[in-house]
Amino acid sequence: MLPFIEGPLKKAALEVQEYVYLVAATFRAIATPPLYRHDIVEQFDAIGVGSLTVVLLTGFFTGAALASQSGLTLDQFGARPVVGRLVSASMIKELGPVLTALMLTGRIGSGIAAELGSMVVTDQINALRALGTDPIRKLVVPRVLAGILMAPVLTVVADFVGIFGGWIVARFQLQVASGLYWSSITKALYMQDLWMGLIKPFALGFVIVTIACHVGLRTTGGTQGVGKATTVSVVAGSVAVIAVDFFVTQVLISLLY
Amino acid sequence: MVQQQSAEAQAAEQALNEPGAPVIVFDHVSLAFDENVILKDISFTLISGHTKIILGASGAGKSTIVKIIVGLLRADAGVVWVNGERVDQLTEAQMMPVRAHLGMVFQEGALFDSLTVRENVGYKLYEETNLPLEEIDARVEEVLGFIGLAEHIDKMPSALSGGQRRRVAIARAMAAKPKILLYDEPTTGLDPITATTVDEEIIKLRDLENVSSIVVTHQLRDAFYVATHKAVRENGVVRVVPAEAHKAEEAEFIMLKDGTIWFEGHAKELRESQDEYLKTFLS
Repeated sequence: MLPFIEGPLKKAALEVQEYVYLVAATFRAIATPPLYRHDIVEQFDAIGVGSLTVVLLTGFFTGAALASQSGLTLDQFGARPVVGRLVSASMIKELGPVLTALMLTGRIGSGIAAELGSMVVTDQINALRALGTDPIRKLVVPRVLAGILMAPVLTVVADFVGIFGGWIVARFQLQVASGLYWSSITKALYMQDLWMGLIKPFALGFVIVTIACHVGLRTTGGTQGVGKATTVSVVAGSVAVIAVDFFVTQVLISLLY
Repeated sequence: MVQQQSAEAQAAEQALNEPGAPVIVFDHVSLAFDENVILKDISFTLISGHTKIILGASGAGKSTIVKIIVGLLRADAGVVWVNGERVDQLTEAQMMPVRAHLGMVFQEGALFDSLTVRENVGYKLYEETNLPLEEIDARVEEVLGFIGLAEHIDKMPSALSGGQRRRVAIARAMAAKPKILLYDEPTTGLDPITATTVDEEIIKLRDLENVSSIVVTHQLRDAFYVATHKAVRENGVVRVVPAEAHKAEEAEFIMLKDGTIWFEGHAKELRESQDEYLKTFLS
């Protein structure tokens, strides 16, 4: 094979191999004792409660902008009163999960990669191992559990706040009656939509955190390496969120609809 | 059968605690990263209660040896015994019980920067044992008192000086009462006076707590200080004094060059060696 292709291909294959190994080791560590409960609670707080502000703001302004833009388009068909349907369907099925996941990638993906990367380059990970602690159990498992379980909660919050933001615009800018807005939201929603909006964040939360942990734990090259790991974590995490969202959507459409 | 095995394990444990028992054995150990040979056919034995001082230029493979002992790296060839257990083929999970008898002081200390001195020193006891909290706190205070840093117990590592951080790292490594302590460049980057305080902690642990130790360093002054001094307790006061010749022989030097053992012997033999490389290194 051409040497300039062989090198990057081998590197990519190694990264995938190490990522799969980390994921397998994480599941094994979740299923067997010991679990570091204190760290798990700490991560639920850091990832869940800590991300609330950014998710609230993102959800609110996305819903508001969506209502505003949709109003203009719907006006062309004289369908302004159904703006609620559009906002709720878009927020719950797609924008809520994806934007929440992207915000989490920026906030916690970078944080995890920087924290674990710093621990690697200052030998703290080796110190953990030498002291008899498995870094996957101590550092990765709490973050992965928090990521998987808090992403759906945050997504639901973003959905509600987005729909609320849409109502503000619909009521005061588009002059749509409140009753009409809220009733159109419930009318347009089917159980499949709710499942779609609830299942996706589990997968996205898992992807964001496992990528960040993988990148963080493979950091090399001192402080410069930590900076690089942080960037890689956010970029890879963001791309993975969009890609995984597409594939999970396809699977769920074929299963639910 | 189980009783027989348990009796054998007890006999082995007893044998390892006897003076002169080998606690670490390297038997023809080699390691390479791709084309780069790090260690080539390394063999040595550390005797219980003794010190092995590994010298060598940067990149000679000194730190690699302690990392292999503690299981952070795996040798490509050869056999490694730690505390009566063959460790060169063990998985990460299987290494955990072996590490219970080991303590390691990393270059720069590697303290957990988000934990206080108390939490760092007691980490292993707080996280990996079921001991009562009062007992752990008492042990942490005892250990910090031993190294003279009791008043810094609630500080963060960032609030300590370089020498204090290194001593806290020693305290963390000794808190769980390991039989073997591994020091990876414990005095590098420290001024001579602070380095001496760290050297004295190494000597005190060896002579008063009977901890076997491997000291990796390229600081000759510290290496000879550790080898040629001993700690004594007189009327409850601990003093570090020059050691007699037979005591100094319990500390053995290994000089590494290009991944191989270039010299192995006592401080006196090292000083009197006529080998050109050793003379250059010591000058």
